[in-house]
Amino acid sequence: MSLVLNEDQTMLQQSARDFCREQAPVAVLRHLRDSKHPDGYSAEVWQSMVELGWAGMAIPEAYEGFGFGYSGLGLVLEETGRTLVPTPLVSTVLLSATLINLAGNEEQKLELLPGIARGDSVVALALEETAIHNPLHIELKAVKTGSGYILNGNKDFVLDAHVADQFIVVARTEGESGHQHGISLFTVDAASQGVEVQRLNMVDSRNAGNISLVDVEVPEEALLGQENKGWAALSRTLDIGRIGLAAEMLGGVQEVFERTVEYMKQRTQFGVPIGAFQALQHRAAIMYSEIELCKSLVLKALYELDRGEEAEDIPALASMCKAKLSEIYMLVTNEGVQMHGGIGMTDEFDIGFFLKRARVAQQTLGDAAFHRDRYASLRGF
Amino acid sequence: MHDLEAFRAETRAWLEDNCPASMRTPMPEDEVVWGGRNAVFRNPDSKLWLERMADKGWTTPTWPQEYGGGGLDKAHSLVLAEEMQRIAARPPLVSFGISMLGPVLLEMATHEQKLEHIPKIVRGEIRWCQGYSEPGAGSDLAGLGTKAILQGDDYIINGSKIWTSYADQADWIFCLVRTDFEAPKHSGISFILFDMASSGVSTKPIKLISGNSVFCETFFDDVRVPVSNLVGRLNDGWTIAKRLLQHERTMISGFGLSSGRNNRGGLADSLAETAMLYRGDVVELSDPVLRDQIAQFRIDSEAFTLTSQRSAQEAKQSKGPNATSSVLKNYGCELNKRRYELALQAAGTQALGWESLTEDDSDFSQQELAVARQWLRSKGNSIEGGTYEVQLNVIAKRVLGLPDMTAMVGNTAGKQGATGQNSAAEKTATES
Ligand SMILES: Cc1cc2nc3c(=O)[nH]c(=O)nc-3n(C[C@H](O)[C@H](O)[C@H](O)COP(=O)(O)OP(=O)(O)OC[C@H]3O[C@@H](n4cnc5c(N)ncnc54)[C@H](O)[C@@H]3O)c2cc1C
Repeated sequence: MSLVLNEDQTMLQQSARDFCREQAPVAVLRHLRDSKHPDGYSAEVWQSMVELGWAGMAIPEAYEGFGFGYSGLGLVLEETGRTLVPTPLVSTVLLSATLINLAGNEEQKLELLPGIARGDSVVALALEETAIHNPLHIELKAVKTGSGYILNGNKDFVLDAHVADQFIVVARTEGESGHQHGISLFTVDAASQGVEVQRLNMVDSRNAGNISLVDVEVPEEALLGQENKGWAALSRTLDIGRIGLAAEMLGGVQEVFERTVEYMKQRTQFGVPIGAFQALQHRAAIMYSEIELCKSLVLKALYELDRGEEAEDIPALASMCKAKLSEIYMLVTNEGVQMHGGIGMTDEFDIGFFLKRARVAQQTLGDAAFHRDRYASLRGF
Repeated sequence: MHDLEAFRAETRAWLEDNCPASMRTPMPEDEVVWGGRNAVFRNPDSKLWLERMADKGWTTPTWPQEYGGGGLDKAHSLVLAEEMQRIAARPPLVSFGISMLGPVLLEMATHEQKLEHIPKIVRGEIRWCQGYSEPGAGSDLAGLGTKAILQGDDYIINGSKIWTSYADQADWIFCLVRTDFEAPKHSGISFILFDMASSGVSTKPIKLISGNSVFCETFFDDVRVPVSNLVGRLNDGWTIAKRLLQHERTMISGFGLSSGRNNRGGLADSLAETAMLYRGDVVELSDPVLRDQIAQFRIDSEAFTLTSQRSAQEAKQSKGPNATSSVLKNYGCELNKRRYELALQAAGTQALGWESLTEDDSDFSQQELAVARQWLRSKGNSIEGGTYEVQLNVIAKRVLGLPDMTAMVGNTAGKQGATGQNSAAEKTATES
């Protein structure tokens, strides 16, 4: 098992870093927020990323992707986490493309995946029904009709909801909320009759929305995978999503930490750089150590994902990554603001953007407590 | 590749034939083999196992064959480690010679010195102790005062050391002594080796809070040591001392690893099971707070194990351990301390017995008593090998490049009152 990047990966990382620094810095997010941009992401930046192949990173070559695997996508996500650039990378590439690839039949894959790889479509996963991540709490109902299904219910906190042209809706076709059996997945055109989207303005200025479905009719072909048996693919997708999100968070963690250490070397008080004060030095050294652990977890999890059939322990690795990164992103953003003093509290300064992103990322797909609980169950206690 | 696979097959077969069954079970504290002239083998299989492994040089698989080592490259030694782990084989020999002194001798000693000392470390014939700390020189190690004065072809050594682990059981000592009394304190230290049986050496065990005596006061009264026992250049001992500390830290960080060689088969090795057992839980640990803490501990522990592996892979690309040994040392030690605090919570008052007053241990089992003692011993992890705070200083300065207050005090003295808070001692602490 290798826990160091190979040459290809190092090159990818470097080019992703250069791209994000030059063409997608934090200023992009700031501008989108300040201009109350209707799309919430820059189509121009996204198009450049698509041209770099990022949208097709983890999509198999058979569907016009590049088969670079999740290690590649993870590196890209990590770099986007350093500049917080909002794109459909998480909603569409990390989550939806993965789910389509895992659950879809050949026809569906051929229909949906190339569009994602080409950057033509934004596909959003409509999963949550409460403010707390709970993927088994599915009450949105899909009832079978002669020609297809009728969907009724609500979804919360759907990433990129208002810019999506397709949704993958997690619905219940049987049984009660809380059960794995009876969960089914449907692709739903955003323009369908009965679909209503309410855009949300979140603290991190990234796209999310609530959607409601009232008597939405979909054809039989909209069923992704088998009826009642959507959980397995969904669950694996969520784990991949958690690992990918952890990679993004790792980028943010490192960026905040590096900016903070840099500031400690520059800011002078009492005649010395504040980085000379041992009270701050020790806290910085503790953060550095924690970040080393975060890196190892994310590297290992991405490595395992790309082992395909031989992958081991993915659920536990996903929970370890998400639990640890949630904890450490919180630590580092809090310390980052504190160690910058007054300037850390200003909107003009970037550090606050990371603080805000951290909390939303923590809650997305389960926070530290959720994942420690899940890890304990997976490990048998 | 083919070569590696063949090696794996051979190794597996050899281990199958040569590793006694009892050497494939968790190793109780008192069966750890330290070697030396007065080696104790609680379990006769341990002796057999040591001899067989030493014959192949596999007590130190990567050391050169020329000096009795296994001569394996990293890839082959990894295969050996994996195969040993596969059958849960115990380490045949644990010693400061292997984990601290040997690597430094291989790097910095003369051929003659290596020929004299390395084979005896490999075979566990000589047990070493570490003479660094003194009553007045702990974190500020370079302030040490034990003197070595040249007299003909010998040094005459006078002074005392403290906290010398196992000094009363060791055969030889690697020792820091002052050889220049005028030079700045880092530049007057030398690294020297001598026999603990030399006339003038005496030791006095110190009792720990755990009730055991693992370390001693060590006194030198006109101890005569040949000049040829000096390692490296005269007055350049600090360089060697620091290098050795990096190896020591890497070794100590191993206390935090989540499995394998630390498994003593005790209550603290399976915290969740222990906690469930003492609560009569069947499906799930009923105390949600403890469950969350154990989960957090185990996640950190798995992440730490991965980080040790990653660091080893990175070290392969550079050269040996570096400043990240301080990261690992601290994290490993804190994990070990957390492990035992959790073990106390897991087993409640049953983990707080000091000794058994019954014949059949019906009041406290041996396992329960061991937890209390190990919990107390674990507190030393963040003190030995350079304290937690000293490691944080190393990380802040060597890794993060943060400014050194002591270097600045001179510049700003008199201008600002608040700069005195970091003492001048810091600059000279055991930072490497
Ligand atoms: C179990 C055990 C085994 C040991 N075995 C050996 C051995 O075999 N050989 C050997 O030579 N030594 C050994 N030691 C000694 C060990 O290396 C020293 O105890 C250690 O270096 C600390 O020195 P000290 O005890 O003098 O504490 P001090 O240096 O007096 O430290 C006291 C406190 O002050 C803090 N402090 C000191 N300087 C700073 C600073 N600059 N910044 C912030 N905080 C600071 C320390 O972190 C600590 O919390 C052993 C110790 C233990 C506990």
